[in-house]
Amino acid sequence: MYESNGEKYFVVDAHIALWDARPENQRNIHGKQFIDCFYDYHRNLSPASELWSYEQYLYYADRLMKDLFTDGYVDHAIFQPAYLGEFYHRGFGQTEEAWALTQAHPDKLTYNHSYDPRNGEQGLDQLHLDAERFGLKGIKLYTAEWHGDSRGYKLTDPWSVKYLEACRSLGIKNIHVHKGPTIRPLDRDAFDVADVDGVASDFTDLNFVVEHVGLPRLEDFCWIATQEPNVYGGLAVAIPFMHTRPRYFAQIIGELLYWIGEDRILFSSDYALWTPKWLVETFVDFQIPEDMQPEYSAITTDQRKKILGLNAAALYDIPVPAHLQVQAAPDEVPVASPAPDLRVPVA
Amino acid sequence: MTAVDLHPVRASDALPGAVWAALGTVMDPELDEPITDLGFVASHHLEPTGDGRVDVEVHLRLPTSFCAPNFAYLIAADAQDALTALDELRDVAVWLDDHHDSTKINSGLAAGGGYRGTFEHEADDSLDELRMIFRRKAHTAAMERSCAALLRTSSWTVADLHTLTLADLPSGRTTEALVRRRRDLGFATDPAALVMVDDHGRPVSEDQVPLRLRFARTTRISVEGNAHFCRGLLATRYPGAEEDQAASAYDPAVPSSLPPAPPSPSHESEH
Repeated sequence: MYESNGEKYFVVDAHIALWDARPENQRNIHGKQFIDCFYDYHRNLSPASELWSYEQYLYYADRLMKDLFTDGYVDHAIFQPAYLGEFYHRGFGQTEEAWALTQAHPDKLTYNHSYDPRNGEQGLDQLHLDAERFGLKGIKLYTAEWHGDSRGYKLTDPWSVKYLEACRSLGIKNIHVHKGPTIRPLDRDAFDVADVDGVASDFTDLNFVVEHVGLPRLEDFCWIATQEPNVYGGLAVAIPFMHTRPRYFAQIIGELLYWIGEDRILFSSDYALWTPKWLVETFVDFQIPEDMQPEYSAITTDQRKKILGLNAAALYDIPVPAHLQVQAAPDEVPVASPAPDLRVPVA
Repeated sequence: MTAVDLHPVRASDALPGAVWAALGTVMDPELDEPITDLGFVASHHLEPTGDGRVDVEVHLRLPTSFCAPNFAYLIAADAQDALTALDELRDVAVWLDDHHDSTKINSGLAAGGGYRGTFEHEADDSLDELRMIFRRKAHTAAMERSCAALLRTSSWTVADLHTLTLADLPSGRTTEALVRRRRDLGFATDPAALVMVDDHGRPVSEDQVPLRLRFARTTRISVEGNAHFCRGLLATRYPGAEEDQAASAYDPAVPSSLPPAPPSPSHESEH
């Protein structure tokens, strides 16, 4: 829980990882390039006081609980692992370690697993076993993952649809999809979010969380999410812009609130890309700059509460103490935040 | 690393400038900015051949080694094409440094195999369609910039925009950029041409103008935001690279107010 100016916030970090990118786990040069790319994100968008050493960044299991829960105000966090077996001997995300932590702290941690539909029938069997073992409520998909000769797949591919049908029958209702910057594949356009549109229409009983709010395809994501009520946006990678480019972040969050509304935006630190402490503190204090209002409405406290934790808690049935809920007025119907009006400011 | 690593050149004093200018016509397809402004040109090296012509070697760098290879290939191939078009040059070598597909792309460019020849089974399609996607986005963003500027500085309102023609736009960089992007897509560029058009150059109906403009704003923010990200990452990856970057033409010195937004998005899809 985070408290500021008398307001209390229930915090769910909807996207964290426990990775091992140490040299002994790197399978090839791409394993090094991949973590170096992450480390550049970390260095580029973090405040100087929050920078980690490169060595620490490669592996950090000993500090995860402290960073998230002791220092970071997080009430509940959700693992969203990436496997990346072509780059790392034992995979990038560390299943057993993350699962052990989850078992030790079931009130604080949820473990989502990953699958790759290109594993066909065998992978489908494995998904059934994993769903039972981990009690999966969600899954993380990395459509740009390498797999033999393939450099990616689409959610609408036939095998992918079979896996989603399995998710439906197994009660895995939250499908997190990485749609982010600067990762391949090749002509299967890594940034294209159109395949989310396709499956969201066909699987209306599943929730699709587009991580990184589709950046650098924010507009495509917004357009899809406007049409499909079961599409959500995770703020990973977008939210650190509060620090380096606050006006740009104001535009992003303004666009999201306009197109998809306050009920479908999820806070994510993408730990250990960034630590949640400064993100939570900064977001609670963040406001749309005055000269950008009323084009973008000011962000309200209730909106912050929903984004920081209540929206994700609802998706994952995480209990929230009553005093941390948003107290809706009796006649208030939750709707997307009001759109800015049509008035033209006098130049 | 400096942007310009000029070997003494006797063949033509004007050549280094011509090389730089040629590279300046190469756009990052997604960011819609010249690679010279973005700092993506790590170095270029000129070597007189003795017959009055010059060999050139250009090194390109990108914000991460995981930049999508199709974009990386587009940029490198466009740079090679732009330089090959200069008569004064004999051998043109374009190298993409530090990319996970550097070897593939560099050898593919050297062999002139094209995108499909370079990536073989991985490339099902040519890059034309991908290029068109980004040309449309670049146009959408340019259209929004022109309209937003007009709304800020004139008595035009959103309700009037369906009648706006190119002739109504003030002369200047913003309008020139819009016309250039319309030309890229084969849209009309005569003074009477309507400004508010869809991705295929068709006029937008009066009732659809507010939504089209609102969506265009999101597109512009997406493109510009990605450029912020890539510029920052390049400087993180290559310390000092920020000195090789020119300010974005889209970054006004004084932050200006955004244009007003029309009412909530329509939930009726038009795609």
